Amino acid sequence: MGLLSISRAKSPWLLHFDCGSCNGCDIEILAALTPLYDVERFGILNMGNPKHADVLLVTGPANWRNYRVLRNLYEQMPDPKAVIAVGTCGCTGGVFHNCPNIIGGIDKVIPVDVYVPGCAARPEAIIDAVVLALEKFKGYGK
Amino acid sequence: MTTAWLIISAVIAVIVAPLVGGLLKGIDRKLTAHMQGRIGPPILQPFYDVVKLLGKRRIAANGFQIAFAYAFLALIVTALVFFVLRQDLLVVLFILFFGSLCLPLGALSVKSPYSQFGGHRELLQFLAYEPILLLATIPIALKSRGFPVSNIFEYGQPLLPHLWLTFIALLVALAIVMRKSPFDISSSEHAHQEIVRGVITEYSGPYLALIELGHWYEMALLLSILGLFWVTGGLWWLSIIIGLGSWFIMLLVDNASARLNWSWMVKFAWSVGTSLIALNILFINLGWM
Repeated sequence: MGLLSISRAKSPWLLHFDCGSCNGCDIEILAALTPLYDVERFGILNMGNPKHADVLLVTGPANWRNYRVLRNLYEQMPDPKAVIAVGTCGCTGGVFHNCPNIIGGIDKVIPVDVYVPGCAARPEAIIDAVVLALEKFKGYGK
Repeated sequence: MTTAWLIISAVIAVIVAPLVGGLLKGIDRKLTAHMQGRIGPPILQPFYDVVKLLGKRRIAANGFQIAFAYAFLALIVTALVFFVLRQDLLVVLFILFFGSLCLPLGALSVKSPYSQFGGHRELLQFLAYEPILLLATIPIALKSRGFPVSNIFEYGQPLLPHLWLTFIALLVALAIVMRKSPFDISSSEHAHQEIVRGVITEYSGPYLALIELGHWYEMALLLSILGLFWVTGGLWWLSIIIGLGSWFIMLLVDNASARLNWSWMVKFAWSVGTSLIALNILFINLGWM
């Protein structure tokens, strides 16, 4: 494993987008950033800027109202990048799956690498998902 | 000091300065995390970040941005080389200012409102710290009889006992350059979501890595300038302790204070910074210091 692969795995910067979630998963994501879980020890930082982010965390179901925003954010992130769908809604649309304004899971709009089930997803599961998403970076460009 | 030795030390400085700057940044993050009751990232984290950024895809809004990112790094390295070659302190500072100016110029070349905001705030930071850095050269020049850095080495006694008022003013400038609280106006180190990301909003990937490298050089240069205050008269190692000590004071102040608004920053820097230096010049002329 080269220096670049190690560095990619050790410095994932997150971008968090709420696609219309009930905020349950968002609270869990923020919980992962508190001193109790302290994700910075893995080099993980919560960025507010898609141009600096490596991993996109999306909560809530994809919907007709803001799917363009979601795609725009995804396209602004420079490669290599990974997408994590957090929570049941992000994975499949959840309880909202048959609402008229809902498209379904996030993967209907952008390619998703890791799915985190749960309503709401636990902070430990979210951190695990980020670690799993880093596997994608290790083989990048080979 | 022979010319050959000076050139060798300049080459060494160009190689070692980013290592020192990056390591200080890593220790900074670790210590800050401990002060906040967290474990914090590994000390080598800034190096991982920069290598990762170098390997990302290149995205830029326009060519100016790219040119200014390279110019930022190149000019700060030039300033460091001039400093190590013991040239005029004014020349070193003016090259440093021109280099630092590339950052807001690059940000203002993009139409994104976040970038514009960040660029304007960065210019306000300049407005606050540049007068202090420039005026601080006057008492140094009065004591060591001239602006060249080599004069300070030939002066024969430490400057700090005579110029401690100037030193305090320089600490204020250092906090503004390092973007530490209460002066983190243009782009906060802690909140990574500062009006998206302040002055570096539109920089990404390898260009952001260049800017980060530039900041490491900048920090190494500024701490070396503070180290000048005890570089001769025996106990030369005190200059290293003074440099690292002032860096640690920045950390303590950063974690103990909230950020304040830009008008407070400009008022504080201009009133306290310039009056400390003015008092120092007065005392030197009266022969008290």
